[in-house]
Amino acid sequence: MKGVAMNNNEKTLFTRPEALVDVVTHYCPGCTHGVIHRQVAEVIDELGIRGRTVGVAPVGCSVFMYNYVKTDFMEAAHGRAPALATGFKRFRPDMIVFTYQGDGDLASIGTAEIVHAANRGEKITTIFVNNAIYGMTGGQMAPTTMPGQPTTTCPFGRDVNLTGYPIRVAELLATLKTPAYIERVAVHTPFHIIRAKRALKKAFTYQVENRCFTLIEVLSTCPTNWGKTPQESTQWLEENMVPYYPLGCYKDCEKVEASDAAV
Amino acid sequence: MAKILMKGNEAIAEAALKAGAHGYFCYPITPQTEVAEYLSRRMPEVGGVFLQGESEVAVGNMLYGAASTGKRVFTSSSSPGISLMQEAISYIAGAQLPAVFVNIMRGGPGLGGILPAQSDYFQAVKAGGHGDYHLLVLAPSTVQEAVDLTMLAFHLADKYRNPVMIIGDGMIGQMMEAVEFPDKYEEPELPAKDWALTGAKDRDPQVLDSKYWALTGAEGRDPNIINSLYLDPVKLDDNSWILHEKYETMKRDEVRFEKYKISSDNRLLIVSYGTMARICETVIDELASEGVSVGLFRPISLFPYPAKQLREEAQKKNIENVLVIEMSIAQMFEDAERAILGAKPVKFYGRTGGVVPTPDDVKLRIQKLIENPSYQPSREA
Repeated sequence: MKGVAMNNNEKTLFTRPEALVDVVTHYCPGCTHGVIHRQVAEVIDELGIRGRTVGVAPVGCSVFMYNYVKTDFMEAAHGRAPALATGFKRFRPDMIVFTYQGDGDLASIGTAEIVHAANRGEKITTIFVNNAIYGMTGGQMAPTTMPGQPTTTCPFGRDVNLTGYPIRVAELLATLKTPAYIERVAVHTPFHIIRAKRALKKAFTYQVENRCFTLIEVLSTCPTNWGKTPQESTQWLEENMVPYYPLGCYKDCEKVEASDAAV
Repeated sequence: MAKILMKGNEAIAEAALKAGAHGYFCYPITPQTEVAEYLSRRMPEVGGVFLQGESEVAVGNMLYGAASTGKRVFTSSSSPGISLMQEAISYIAGAQLPAVFVNIMRGGPGLGGILPAQSDYFQAVKAGGHGDYHLLVLAPSTVQEAVDLTMLAFHLADKYRNPVMIIGDGMIGQMMEAVEFPDKYEEPELPAKDWALTGAKDRDPQVLDSKYWALTGAEGRDPNIINSLYLDPVKLDDNSWILHEKYETMKRDEVRFEKYKISSDNRLLIVSYGTMARICETVIDELASEGVSVGLFRPISLFPYPAKQLREEAQKKNIENVLVIEMSIAQMFEDAERAILGAKPVKFYGRTGGVVPTPDDVKLRIQKLIENPSYQPSREA
């Protein structure tokens, strides 16, 4: 542990993952990107894959992810991370490739790329951070914005008559036959954080095992653009997002195979 | 190797393999789809990657990701498809990655038509995407030259870590001609690709593949990052000046052109490229047999444009007029005019949208211009 003298009777319980860079991030107070970054870094450490992992950073709040996670990185155009990951992984099937994308990036401008990467069964892992808003550009309406939720481009709340209902990405992609694993998790309580970590580890493990496409949708908070305190934000997520975006596993090739066997 | 009869699109595909292309990403579009059909069979034979993407937008970005490995990768498309790839082209140029784009041009704007044209000149030469960048642009006028330039394109892309574009009109892609391939593509040595993303586990980061930037995994070294984002304006300015320096080097070292029947008897100098230049050569031969001397200056590299060399020819005392002929409306004309800097009158004749001027169309304008040096060629003779 950095800079801490250890007594014989002290036991290290918590350290910074090797794959996580020791810098101050640019994220706002109460934002859950930091939690998710840490979990990704922990999984990379635990699986011992840092030396053969490439991340694809998106356009959005996590655009600087390459400054925080210590693996090789590519910076994608808005929405195109799955296309970059495809191009890379097809050449280097020996490497582990993940994309980290927000809801504007993945569920709006990048719908074609994510649907087809998933459907081709690209052997990549996508971490889809859904905070129901465009963060980096200052809080505009996303395809995942909740009905009635005010944003700077729907100041009177999202009107579903004009803009439809929020897209449920995990459910949408789970209709495809090819993907290996799709689960929706959240990171607003310690209980949910532990479950999220389990899902992320499973997704990366599946990739290490050379299985098809894996995606973890992570319900996340954006206190700054939601106009709430961090505490209000976790509560708002629980009360508004979780009922509309039910948590859980939407597709798991292991289980599908098991149920096929049972039939 | 013996000469074989091949369609332009297929010859380009085979030339790419000869140059060591490991991967090809595509989306179908007329009149270049034969490249994809050919490589869907050939690429697996050579152990390479073939993938049909969901759109040209995705294909361009797949190329961006694939180029980050340090392998030789390319795509081909036609005008509307190339427009959709401009996003990725700008990113690839900004991140300084090598990749080859082949544009078998059809008429535009919009959905346009499917017949041969040269109307993507501005888009290719002036950079169709956003930002301060250029592509290195090569324009073949025969199928054999398409083969030679395609192989060269991969070398130049690696040499400059810059996207290279081959622009051929639909005629080049669809025409069958006898071509010859080298047994092995010989090229000068290139710098190591230590920029590539490769995963640095148990490896010295300086000897990753042979490209000096690909992404490879970061164990045992600092991570490689392929990026075009610089929020600090000074750093972005720096990056753009680094790119600019490359373009200045290209202007010095990569200018390519050909002179045809240029002599002190010429009163008229034609400037034309690609298929259009070939039609001009036919006319020049016909006129020569009738005792009329006309010369042709054919740019092969459109960026860098052979401006200095063209000016030298145009400035010669015997030249009364310079006539730019293209299958687009006065696009290359602007570069020729800028090269000649008012030294001689620069005139234009061209058709577009898939109308290919016939030798008779061209000959008529040339004859009129020689009879009357103040004649202005036009669509209606």
